[in-house]
Amino acid sequence: MKLRKKLFIACGRTFSDVRKQTVESFVYTGGVAALFGKTLFGIWSFPLRKRQILEQMSRIGVASFPIVVLISFFTGIVLALQSAYQLQQMSAQMYIASLVALSVTRELGPVLTALIIAGRSGAAITAELGTMKVTEQIEALETLSASPVQYLVVPRFIALVVMVPLLTVYADFFGVLGGYLVGVGKLNITHAMYMKMTLVPLTVGDVMTGIAKSAVFAVIICVISCFEGINSQGGAEGVGKSTTASVVKSFILIIMADCLFTAIFYFFGK
Amino acid sequence: MIELKNVCKTLNRKTILKDLNLTVKKGESLVIIGRSGCGKSVSLKHMIGIMRPDSGMVSVDGEDITKVSSIELDKIRMKFGMLFQGAALFDSLSVLENVGFQLFEYTDMSLMQISRRVRDCLGMVGLQGIEKMKPAALSGGMKKRVALARAISMNPKIILFDEPTTGVDPITGDIINKLIRHLHDTLKTTSITVTHDMRSAYQIADRIAMLYEKKIIAIGTPEEIMRSENKTVRQFINGDAEGPITAGLGSRF
Repeated sequence: MKLRKKLFIACGRTFSDVRKQTVESFVYTGGVAALFGKTLFGIWSFPLRKRQILEQMSRIGVASFPIVVLISFFTGIVLALQSAYQLQQMSAQMYIASLVALSVTRELGPVLTALIIAGRSGAAITAELGTMKVTEQIEALETLSASPVQYLVVPRFIALVVMVPLLTVYADFFGVLGGYLVGVGKLNITHAMYMKMTLVPLTVGDVMTGIAKSAVFAVIICVISCFEGINSQGGAEGVGKSTTASVVKSFILIIMADCLFTAIFYFFGK
Repeated sequence: MIELKNVCKTLNRKTILKDLNLTVKKGESLVIIGRSGCGKSVSLKHMIGIMRPDSGMVSVDGEDITKVSSIELDKIRMKFGMLFQGAALFDSLSVLENVGFQLFEYTDMSLMQISRRVRDCLGMVGLQGIEKMKPAALSGGMKKRVALARAISMNPKIILFDEPTTGVDPITGDIINKLIRHLHDTLKTTSITVTHDMRSAYQIADRIAMLYEKKIIAIGTPEEIMRSENKTVRQFINGDAEGPITAGLGSRF
């Protein structure tokens, strides 16, 4: 009896925890969706704060350029070297060029860029807004009749949606360049052959799907990082937790969205 | 005039306010006193609509702000200025941009006109020449005074003060008390101050209201409060460790 009673209690607690977490997930999703809706509404209700938008573009885009270039360049190198293992055995090393170009433009360029921006800029946005929240600056904005969404979220949203795709273009270029240096420099592929095997299979659609995905990733980064920041509680510890949560959730949602887009393009794109 | 009628509010499953009734007369300086965590700041935030009650009504000049749209609420908030406990200056903006925030956002004034107005507001709170500084470079007392300058920049009709002397030294606290009273008398505003500092309360108030156990239990002029025979009020204003407020904690002492 005692064991059965303990079992019932344990089952009850588990169901209660699952129910609580399910409700919290729905509340979180609803809150994020509401913030996204308010942000879109805020974009269409002028005025747009040009100075703040340009400032955010500089912080998010210009300042992230070196790290995006570095990581995508080395990714291109690694991709070329790793694929060379198998392709050289079949004397098919010329296809390294196509593999690098298509992988980088369709997947690695947009995804790696988004992950870099989520870790770098998304965390910074959450920390900044979280600090503002715990020091009552966001409430102060409301008392000054300024909408926190209009003033804080909209400039960051516009900056991310513009700069992340632009950074993705650079990531694509430098990723392909990294593969080129390995292919032509070390794997005895001629320049002409490498360029042909890069440009022939690569279509405008491949590049554009990558850029379209990066724009969606930018929306995810903005909404998650701003939501976590604006809802921070509990002082410095709370801001730290929100910052971690923002990066982790952004990473998960970016990969999930990438999976969804890849499936859609694969099954419906041809 | 501001009226809170049967206001109830629960936060994190804890009831903070229950059937709170309070009327603030036009042009008066009302001070709300009470223990830390009793709901004074929560009451203040209801008056400006930062918080909405779970039930009850909050009206400003006859308009129920719990039922208006966010656009209408923003218009009503233009009547208010608020000084937060921690000053709540915007870290990324300079003193000029902080104090002139609403002037930049909602007026057609030129930069020169805004600078002049900011200089005047800073002058009223006893600060000069700090327009280009950032909040991080200011002392606690200076931050409060800059925040006060920001609160009065648009000539509000109602000013709210949330623990204005908390966290500053006694001399700066006295300066802030005198400033608040001077601004109230000069600008002819309605002032509502929340504090647990009785010296501050006696200096600033036309009327004092005590918040205890989620309700207002006493309200009157400073003299009436000082002469109150309510034991709870007496314990609080005298700062006694023993009394009805701490009756349940007796064994800890």
